Amino acid sequence: MSWLHIAILFPFLFAVFVPLLYKSFTPRIHTGWFVVSVPLFIFIYLLTFIPKISKGHTLYAVVEWLPSYDINFTAYVDGLSLLFGLLIAGIGTLVVIYSIYYLSKYREALNNFYVYLLLFMGAMLGVVFSDNIYVLYVFWEITSVSSFLLISYWYTRERSRYGAQKSMLITVFGGLSMLAGFIMLSMITDTNSIREMFEMVDIIQLHELFIPAMVLILLGAFTKSAQFPFSIWLPDAMEAPTPISAYLHSATMVKAGIYLVARLTPIFGGTYEWFWLVSGIGIITLLYGSLNAVKQADLKALLAYSTISQLGLIMSLLGLGSAALYYGNSTAETSLYAAAIFAGIFHLINHSTFKGCLFMVVGIIDHETGTRDIRRLGGLMHIMPVSFTLTLIGSFSMAGLPPFNGFLSKEMFFTAAANAASMNIFSMEKIGLAIPIIAWIASVFTFVYCMILVFKTFKGKNKLEKLDKHVHEGSIGLLVSPLILGALVIIFFFLPNTVAEYLLQPAFTAVLPTLADAIKVKHISAWHGFNLELFMTLGVVILGSILYVHLKKWHRIYRLYPQAMTLNNLYNFGLEYTQSISRKITDYYMTGSIRHYLVYIFAFIILVVGGSLWLFDGFKINTSTDSPISIYDIGIVTAVFFSAAAVLFARNRMTAITAVGALGFLVSFFFVLFRAPDLALTQLVVETVTTALFLLCFYHLPALKKEVSRLPFKMTNAVISIGIGALVTVIALSASGNRMFASISIFYENSYKLAGAKNIVNAILVDFRGIDTMLEILVLSIAGLGVYTLIKLKLVGRGKDEEAE
Amino acid sequence: MKKPNDLLIRSVTKVAVVIIFTFAINLFISGHHYPGGGFIGGLTFASALILLFLTFDMESVRKNIPVDFKVLAAVGVLIAVLTGVGGMILDYPFLTQAFGYFNIPVFGKTELATAVIFDIGVALAVIGTAVTIIMSIGDDR
Repeated sequence: MSWLHIAILFPFLFAVFVPLLYKSFTPRIHTGWFVVSVPLFIFIYLLTFIPKISKGHTLYAVVEWLPSYDINFTAYVDGLSLLFGLLIAGIGTLVVIYSIYYLSKYREALNNFYVYLLLFMGAMLGVVFSDNIYVLYVFWEITSVSSFLLISYWYTRERSRYGAQKSMLITVFGGLSMLAGFIMLSMITDTNSIREMFEMVDIIQLHELFIPAMVLILLGAFTKSAQFPFSIWLPDAMEAPTPISAYLHSATMVKAGIYLVARLTPIFGGTYEWFWLVSGIGIITLLYGSLNAVKQADLKALLAYSTISQLGLIMSLLGLGSAALYYGNSTAETSLYAAAIFAGIFHLINHSTFKGCLFMVVGIIDHETGTRDIRRLGGLMHIMPVSFTLTLIGSFSMAGLPPFNGFLSKEMFFTAAANAASMNIFSMEKIGLAIPIIAWIASVFTFVYCMILVFKTFKGKNKLEKLDKHVHEGSIGLLVSPLILGALVIIFFFLPNTVAEYLLQPAFTAVLPTLADAIKVKHISAWHGFNLELFMTLGVVILGSILYVHLKKWHRIYRLYPQAMTLNNLYNFGLEYTQSISRKITDYYMTGSIRHYLVYIFAFIILVVGGSLWLFDGFKINTSTDSPISIYDIGIVTAVFFSAAAVLFARNRMTAITAVGALGFLVSFFFVLFRAPDLALTQLVVETVTTALFLLCFYHLPALKKEVSRLPFKMTNAVISIGIGALVTVIALSASGNRMFASISIFYENSYKLAGAKNIVNAILVDFRGIDTMLEILVLSIAGLGVYTLIKLKLVGRGKDEEAE
Repeated sequence: MKKPNDLLIRSVTKVAVVIIFTFAINLFISGHHYPGGGFIGGLTFASALILLFLTFDMESVRKNIPVDFKVLAAVGVLIAVLTGVGGMILDYPFLTQAFGYFNIPVFGKTELATAVIFDIGVALAVIGTAVTIIMSIGDDR
């Protein structure tokens, strides 16, 4: 096990000790102070990789897990995974520090909070560093689960539970379809390693499962990264504590989908379908998010929609850039279009910095004023000057203004969109112009909501008298994390080429490994003359300002859109109907009568087993090796027949129980006859115990009623019971007629030499097939506990009913 | 349950239970070479306990045998799993069993096998589960 593996597992291991630390140090020391060491350690550890990775090296380490199934815990570090790892650990550190001041150590269940947080951190690191698709999938789902737990952290609130369920349903749906896609990929390529799949791109792209696999995997990525129309879970996820919103729902988890798309670009990229799905959905999401963000009154909801929109932006850049793979390694177009992917990676980092900063500041505002409603806020500039400055930096960067890092990547986005319009492949010559236009419109609205965020909150008349709290600036502990992120926003603007050399270029090469020679990044500069991009930005600022000033006049347009048509309504409607319809269907067959259940079970067995017996022509009788029938056999069979018939005609339960017991004892006589003392003994004791059990249950059962039923129902019962009896007989008879392979019993006959036991049966039980026995007793104990729980912890209402009887 | 006043069955049970217990233990020990083993031994043991429950009322049996059978079942499973882990520590695959012949005073040359420890786990799990189920159902008034 390498240090890399330990770093990935470190959060999980540490999570075990969190409850202990919480118990022994609360309220003296905030649990967060212990937890912060985890991401900090991982961050510093990952920093040591930068020199190597930026030179183009990669690192690969394997721990064998299920080698026979080709499922191994592989850790793979290249530029892309390192970039994500640094984001996860770096922002994680800042978020934990922030949470120490955000969550009170006296009131909150910090043990839960940090366990979930560490769970998430480890899973996310696992996602980005795994090379094995199945391991990646498992980590992927753990991020969904921990996100669910974190959204419902304040689980007494109804909205939290609603949001948690929504995110779970949508992201797990995506996760499962992604799994199906992965299975298809693994079927096509016969490997589970993503890196090995890169070598087989030609085979994959020509395979008939190529499109299904791509669509299914993209479903996973789109649901996770809140792309249209799956984006509806993200605004509701804002019920989570703000540190979580900043961490999971803007900086890291929602970028897992982006990561997946970037990671799989070498496999799927360069095809028509991938290009349009990724960039099309991305650009729609960009527009949808920015349009919706403008109408939000809740600051966090505004940020949620802006996150959706920004994720769409990055996604569309990855889609546009994938066209480079179509052109191959040499042409001029390659480097031109690949620049879109570079812009996407750059914007990804920038987004994490400015959005993380904004979320934290909004958290501070919420913390200090007790509300996030824009209509109740205003005029906070003089009271919270630091928060104001940070919001200004974050928002202007998001709006794409200099001197902030968002300006650089926004310009690159415009370049990429404008270049895309000139493509002559993938039907772009017909509708390519739409892309820069949509991008530009979306950017105008982005500008508008950024202005709302800054000026509606901090300028204007203050309404302090209406707020419940005495408002003041957040404490230094709360401010330190957004300050660091805000500083990075500016630093990245002035030193973009350093960032590019050490982080962006390696990640860029990792996304397009086959084009490594063609894609050397040009020098990034803030000023490149009066060109199209600059005019686009100027247009955004001018039109955006006009729209913002006249916001009141056109804001009403949003109300024209019918409420019933929103995606949220569709989701609620669907959920409600799924529940009620599935309840109806379930009620139809779950009648509570064991007879009915047995009818289903046996009918199914007859259908499946009998059907396959007939299909594969399994009915063969070979009596040549059978031993002769003795007089004892005939006697016992006759007795069995009579006791079975007695059960049918029994008038009360006591008779039925006795007859069933007798049947069991008679069967054990067969074992005696065939010289199987172990089986005979077991059967005898089992019969004794079950008869006693029946007698005990007998106290609680009502008198045996002949079920008065319609004749057809009785006929069904008769057909099914005769059918199952006949089927089992036929199977037993054909079993000796179908010898597919030689008997393996010869191996067990050596039991004395192999296991030191003269009793073969017992040697098989405890030694040869010990794992079976172990699992059997495990199941047995679980069943015992199940019976115990069902009886002892029965529902209170049920208990009253029985007493009344 | 009603308290039955049945002298005959009480007297027989007192003797029979001892015999069944002895038989159960014998079945368990002989299991390595002759018919028997953890499963049958455990089940026979459990059936003796059930006979006690049926004859005397549950409370007095519980007073005299103060064992939590749920815990017993869990302990059984744990023993079985741990014998498997034991092999892993010595770098054998999970659940590898070992046996050997030793000279022990009084018994002479005796075979000792780790499979027997595993079998103890099986027996305890079976006793614990069977009695738990019977007691829960019998107790349910």
